Parts: sequence; C-alpha cells; structure tokens
Amino acid sequence: MERQNRNIILETKQLAIGYKARTGATSIASGISIKLEKGQLIGLVGANGIGKSTLLRTLIKVQPPLEGEILLNGHSLSDLSAAALAQQLSIVLTEQLISKNLSVYDLVALGRYPYTDWIGTLQPNDRAIIDNAIEMVRISDLRHRKCYELSDGQLQKVMIARALAQDTDIIILDEPTTHLDMYHKAYILKLLQRLTKETNKTILFSSHEIDLAIQLCDEMVVMRKTDVVQDQPCNLISKQIFDSLFPPDLISFDSRTGSFKVSK
Amino acid sequence: MTEESNYRIQFVIMILILFLCFIINISLGSLSIPLKHIFASLIGSEPNSTFSVIITDYRLPKAITAVLVGSGLGISGLLMQTLFRNPLAGPFVLGISSGASLGVALVILGSGLFGGVIVGSLVSKWSIVVAASLGSFLVLIAVLAVSNNVRDTMAILIIGLMFGSITAAVVSVLSFFSSAEQLQQYVFWGFGSLSNLSWNEVLTFFIVYILGLIISIVSIKGLNSLLLGDNYAQSLGLNVKHSRFIIIISTSLIAGAVTAFAGPVAFIGLAIPHLTRQIFKTSNHKILVPSVFLMGAIVMLICDSIAQVPGTDYTLPINAITALVGAPVVIWLLVRQRKMMF
Repeated sequence: MERQNRNIILETKQLAIGYKARTGATSIASGISIKLEKGQLIGLVGANGIGKSTLLRTLIKVQPPLEGEILLNGHSLSDLSAAALAQQLSIVLTEQLISKNLSVYDLVALGRYPYTDWIGTLQPNDRAIIDNAIEMVRISDLRHRKCYELSDGQLQKVMIARALAQDTDIIILDEPTTHLDMYHKAYILKLLQRLTKETNKTILFSSHEIDLAIQLCDEMVVMRKTDVVQDQPCNLISKQIFDSLFPPDLISFDSRTGSFKVSK
Repeated sequence: MTEESNYRIQFVIMILILFLCFIINISLGSLSIPLKHIFASLIGSEPNSTFSVIITDYRLPKAITAVLVGSGLGISGLLMQTLFRNPLAGPFVLGISSGASLGVALVILGSGLFGGVIVGSLVSKWSIVVAASLGSFLVLIAVLAVSNNVRDTMAILIIGLMFGSITAAVVSVLSFFSSAEQLQQYVFWGFGSLSNLSWNEVLTFFIVYILGLIISIVSIKGLNSLLLGDNYAQSLGLNVKHSRFIIIISTSLIAGAVTAFAGPVAFIGLAIPHLTRQIFKTSNHKILVPSVFLMGAIVMLICDSIAQVPGTDYTLPINAITALVGAPVVIWLLVRQRKMMF
C-alpha cells in the first residue's frame, strides 16, 4: 500500500457502485479501493454481471457513485467539469458509433475536440498529435478510409487512436477485445501494452481474456462477489484469487499455465 | 476537418448554381422577363417600369423566401437527424410542423370558437407567425422530454406521428365549428406558399431565421462530437444536455419561422440532408451545414420555378412540388439503404 502518491493517476476510496432508482439504490459492488499508477497497463476482470461495466461507467462519470470517492490526478471526479475531465480522461466504449460515415482521420481528429476553438479548427500542433496517434496505432494506411469500410479490429484501433489524440493521462476501455478473433484480441492488448510503455499513459481496460491479461498487464483488478482485489498478476495467482473467480463446477484455474481449463 | 479545402470547388460550383437558379426563378413566371431588365431592376436603374415593379415587389421577395425556406428546412432537418441519430428524422416527421399547424389552426379556426373579437376579419400574418412558432416549440420540447425517457429511436418517430394525429384531430374539431372563410385560409396555409410576403414580412422571417442559423453554426462542433454518441460526446467535454437544448432552440426558430411564413412545406427537411450527404460524402457538419444550406436553397428555387408553371397564370401548391421531388429521393434512399450515408 505504501506507494508514491505522486505517481497515482486515478484512485478510488471505498467506492460503492450501482443504480439509483425511485425505489432505492441497487448496489452492485462496494468497498472498491484501487490505485492506478502512471504508465501502467491495468486489466479489469470478473465474471459476467459482476459490475465491470458499471465500475467503468462510474469511473468515466457516466453514472454517479453510490458511495465513496474517485480522485483523478488528486481532484475529486465530481468537482471536474466535462471540459476539464476531457483533457485528463479518454474512453473507448463497446457501443456502436452513431455515424460510420466519418473518415478515419476525421474520427481521430475528434479527439482534439477539448483543445480546439469554437468551430473545431485544427492547428498545426493538433495535426501533429493526430498524425502521431495514427502512426502509433499503425493505421496510416487507413487514414482516408470511411469507418463503415473497416473491420471490427480496424475500427477498434481507430477508436484507440482517437483516445490517444485526446492526449489524456488515462485511457479507459470497456471490453476492447469483444467481437475480435484470437489473433486480434492479442494484437489489441499487446498494442495497449506498447502504448503504456511509449507514451507513459495509464490504460485501464476490462476484458474476459484473463490469460492474455495475466501475461500482459502490469496490474490487474479482479472483481469477485465478495471483494475487489488489485495486485500484480503473479501475486494474484499465488494468492489463488483466480480460483474463486467463477463457480467451480465447469472450469478451474491452472496456476502453472496461468489459464483456465475445462473440468473433465 | 481534414479535406476541407477539397470541397472548395464544390462550394464554388454550388454557389454559381444557386445564383443561376435565383436569376432563372426571378425571370420565370406568368410574364417572362428578359435578362437585361432583370439586372436593370435589381440595380434599380429602371424604377417604376412594369418589369421593375413585378421584380422588386413580387418576384424578389418570393425568391428570397424560397432561399430561406429551402436552406432553413434543410438545416433544421440535418440538426434533427444528428440529434436524434435517426436518418428519418426531420421537422416534418417529428411533429414540429404538426405543432405549428396546431398553433395556426387554433389562431385561424379557433378565433371564431374562443374570442368574438376578431370574428369575421381574417387573422393577421403576425399572429400566425407567433402561433406557429409557439406550437412548433412546444411539440419539440414534448418530443425531447419523451426521447430522454425512451431510448428507442423508433418510439420517438411514432410519438412524432402521434402528435401529427392529435393535430389532425384538433383541426377537424375546430374546422367543424369554423366558417368557410376561415377554413379556406387554413387550407391555403397548409398548401404552403412562398409568395405574398411583403418586404416587412421577409425581413422578420430573415431575422428569426438568421438567429436560428447562427445558433446552428455555433453548434457545429458539438454536432460533430454527437456523431460518436452521447457518451463519447460527453467524454470529449461536450455538455450534452445543454447543447441538445441549443440545437432544439435553433431548429424550432428556423422550422417554426419557415412554417409560419411559408406553411408546412413537406419533405425538404428530410430529403436535403440525405441528398447532400450522398453528394459530399461526409458527415462533418463543418461541410454539411453550408452545403445543406446551398442545396436546400437551390432545390427550393427549382421547385418554386416549376410550381409557378412558366408562361401560365397558374401557381401550383409548393407542397405538391416538393413532395414530387422529395418522395422519390426518400424511396431511393430506402432502396439503397445498405450503403446509406449517415
């Protein structure tokens, strides 16, 4: 727990997440205290319905926390204006784009929105950042294509480039590997790992690719019915955290290989 | 954003076409006026000639009205399609025109029913303007309130249709109690008309229109971020609720003013943004807003030129002509939906 505070980008304190309704609040998970450090790749894993998406939605301020506090660069998330937040936190969601008629370049350029003037004029500086983002994600060959022409994997890379162009301290991705084949799942996560190293940005993503996450992440946040644990993957394995991730009847965690096996 | 300069040639061509259509529109009519006299009248070197009176008092205000109506409906349709993220949205489909119709019906037809003060005399243009604007604004607010609770976009369209039905029902009840004269005024308003606007009315129309247009131009950046969806737009720093409201104000000013001064002109609001997207192949509102403006103005001038049936004394209802142009476009869009630009 004794980490250097100045390196912490995002921190939650005794966070409770869920939905508020007229009949009262439905708590999905509580007592969540995580710390995300600069330049780290953090994977968020857990069973379906455990509240990964709810946690991410709370962290990106789409829905309010039931209890507790979220600190972004030491400031409470609830005090940040949308404009200020946009310069510190960018997102990649699972939802479909409304318009796929945008060109790849135009889509990535939208990442500069928080920095441009009233009508969105791109300055040379903005163009340099956009070019750099496109270069880093290696989609230069796609830059003049329309989004409806892209495969799911290509579109995911474009959305990551857009988040990079937003030039924030932290990028949060909700299940960036869904709909992708095995190769592209690994490709996207490997790309995220490389980006944390090259840009020193913090990247938090949720995923069901637990074995890939174990191999690539600096830290992992594991959501279980009882608690939420954050640690390095090897420590999580030795603490046998993954063994209790799912009901034991069908699959079991093999700590030697770091992957799940179907029980015979 | 990227290839903005690539569109320069298209814009120059469209501005030339607009200019051409404007001149043709002015020269055509029951009396064909030679080009020489048109320019002479426009620069005022032939005051009090018959040609000059026809042009400055009748044809010029009508052509300007056509430009305002076409561009205004196109832009408000574009705003609604982006806001409701529905390619079938438009002022007509979402009931803004129905709201305006209801307002106008209450004023024209209801005057006999509620107040005895203005019975007999026809209702002034100004009360129609106010009624149409209020009606369209109220309907839009209602649709938006519902759309906040209903996430399904199809539901919003049905709600818009329901407002249309309510309007029709109220109008039927009102017309049952109305005089033939009032009824005729309402029916003629419903045909849509670009003519018979005095310069004062054109000026008022222009002021309201330009106010809405400025707001829509200010919204361009926000509209572009809305193309990604509300959550992305918010993550980019857009105050979604605030800009929604702004966009609705803009639309209700423009569409309300158009409907008030020219009647419920159909299809243009839906068809023009699609037509423009197909030609310009972009969703970037920095390109779309000016090109929809030009496209709307051009199409409306052409429709009006057709409607006045050159060489005859007939003037067809403008609504008949816009639907004849608009409906095939909508059908064409549905047929090739797979590659529809949106």
